[in-house]
Amino acid sequence: MTAQRLDRETLALRVAREFEDGDVVNLGIGIPTLAANYIPEGRTVLFHTENGAVGFGPFPAEGEEDIHLTNAGGGFVTPLPGMSIFDSVEAFTIVRGGYLDITVLGAMQVSETGDLANWLRPGRVIGGIGGAMDIVAGATRVIAAMEHTDKQGNPKIVKRCTLPLTAVGCVDTIITDMAVIAVTSRGLVLLEHAPGLSPQEIQAATEATLIISPDLKEIEL
Amino acid sequence: MKQKLDRVAIAMRVTREFKDGDVVNLGVGMPTLCSSYLPQDRKVWLHAENGVLGYGPFADEGHQDPDLINASGQFVSPSPGISFFSSADAFNMIRGGHVDISVLGGFQVSEKGDLANWILPGRGSGNIGGAMELVTGAKKVIIAMEHTTKAGEPKLVAECAYPLTGKGCVDLIVTDLGVVEITEQGFLLLEIVHGFTPEEVQSVTGAPLAVSPDLREMEF
Amino acid sequence: MTTKAPKAPKGRSPGDKVYVTFAEAVADIPDGASILIGHFGGPGGMPMHLIRALRDHGSRDLTIIGNTAGIGVVFGAKREAVRIDPGILVANGQVSRVIASYPIAPGAPQPNPLEEGVKSGAIQLETNPQGILAERIRAGGAGIPAFWSPVGIGTVVEEGKEKRVIDGVEYILERAIRADFALVRAYKADKTGNLVYRGNTRHLNVSMATAAEVTIAEVDEIVEPGDLDPDRIVTPGIYVNRIVQRPKEMRGK
Repeated sequence: MTAQRLDRETLALRVAREFEDGDVVNLGIGIPTLAANYIPEGRTVLFHTENGAVGFGPFPAEGEEDIHLTNAGGGFVTPLPGMSIFDSVEAFTIVRGGYLDITVLGAMQVSETGDLANWLRPGRVIGGIGGAMDIVAGATRVIAAMEHTDKQGNPKIVKRCTLPLTAVGCVDTIITDMAVIAVTSRGLVLLEHAPGLSPQEIQAATEATLIISPDLKEIEL
Repeated sequence: MKQKLDRVAIAMRVTREFKDGDVVNLGVGMPTLCSSYLPQDRKVWLHAENGVLGYGPFADEGHQDPDLINASGQFVSPSPGISFFSSADAFNMIRGGHVDISVLGGFQVSEKGDLANWILPGRGSGNIGGAMELVTGAKKVIIAMEHTTKAGEPKLVAECAYPLTGKGCVDLIVTDLGVVEITEQGFLLLEIVHGFTPEEVQSVTGAPLAVSPDLREMEF
Repeated sequence: MTTKAPKAPKGRSPGDKVYVTFAEAVADIPDGASILIGHFGGPGGMPMHLIRALRDHGSRDLTIIGNTAGIGVVFGAKREAVRIDPGILVANGQVSRVIASYPIAPGAPQPNPLEEGVKSGAIQLETNPQGILAERIRAGGAGIPAFWSPVGIGTVVEEGKEKRVIDGVEYILERAIRADFALVRAYKADKTGNLVYRGNTRHLNVSMATAAEVTIAEVDEIVEPGDLDPDRIVTPGIYVNRIVQRPKEMRGK
């Protein structure tokens, strides 16, 4: 079997396995949004969005789009029985009040202590903070879902973030196209690897030092 | 013949202060009577801390809805344009400066406009309710009360002896003897009940009472 | 943001909230005004016609406050529907200050008017965490001048702000926002200004309606007082000064 990185859809599939039945989940823009399409069978996940809804469904069919029902990124979503609608103040009350179980966000950099940088790209003067700072401060669990390296091949999992921070020490789990990594008080622990990739290959693409879990296994999908 | 005003007459006089479109909050006691004597030629939006805006007079027997009461727990009636919301929103309206007039009862009002209306002497506790927010946020605070206590002691005083609800918050006092404005210089008698003299009103007032050059008989 | 807004135009009675044209509703917005503009990540809940009327009105040196300063055409919604957003005010050179959470889409073409303006110093930009932006506006409408926030500790957000430890946790003092005008979008209004919304378009509109000297609502339909179920009213009419109904062919868009 040849070693290969996960594609975006497969990465989203792995992310979705983290959702427990009944979890309230907020998905950031990009790869995280794709996870909505891969909820494990038999589990109910309540999706939350900053513009004011909980309990909506994935993309509508062509022609079923309602301009008055979108997620925070402006993408169309569908109504589901039990969905509720409110304003942004309420949406963030839910976040800061501790009612959000999981958030999945994209990241530009994650540090070995769980610092997250995901709002200002290098070389740009303007970035969108959006709901990210509020959400990582309030969510019970923060998952960073991203490519392991940037387009030039530079590591995105680093000793210290060089980009402006979204938050200090907020990330619990990093899921990339190469690995699943837990952020612990001892450092970054490599839990799962993509098919065919060795821990050494993953470490080579990572600036921070990885501790290899004694239970290291291949990513299950 | 001269006679002090009764509670209804005081409430009727208070409602003459309401302008078209005003948002008005009525406190417990005499102020709530105002809801039944609103001026017919203007729209006044009655606001209550339990989350209603635009309610009407007290509801008649048989039309009482337990889901439509004012903050004093009295049954009131709906009027067109009425809306319901949470107490948090009701207080946003108050603190946010969206309430034009607050009408409250008072135990004592000082010549500087301090208000004491929540702890009675001799009692260890009292009810603050929405009063502290109202006197902070309402654009105009009107006190509706008897001029003296049942024992005849002045309720308009130099300094409040009771714990304060708010400092320097009162704009106007409507009593059973007259209408008194709080000015930089202290109490100013604007209107007086038929048959009484300013001297008589001064004699039951606990601080100097200036008399307006435009003093007129109280109408309601 | 403490400047007093002018009163209603001459010839209108104070209680008359119904304006026939969008142009009339924004005609007294002066140079230098601060303006809350309701919208989020797409066209839903955006007062597009008021924004366009404000561009045509042309007042300058504006402070605009909202989730974005124009998200352009990048995100999911249909292109033709999102062409009008606060970005047209920036492109028209009317804006000197922006308070936003997601000022510009990351994939926005370069150069773009906002980024150029920020680089040259012509536009002052303050980027807020979204929930804190919402809460600052809510606080402004609720008469709370500032509040302690747990969001953004250790980031640029805390720069220049007072900090305090409460029960062992560090907090930042965030100031309330009030503005001269708010442009909001609702579904229906009655003539007293009571508003109801459709779908999840309440987002920032609900709090913005409470936090301006003059609140102007763009709605699909204006009905008589009593026609809206009081149990369903989200924004009580006392917050709303002006209402404008969209022409029939523009409703629900």
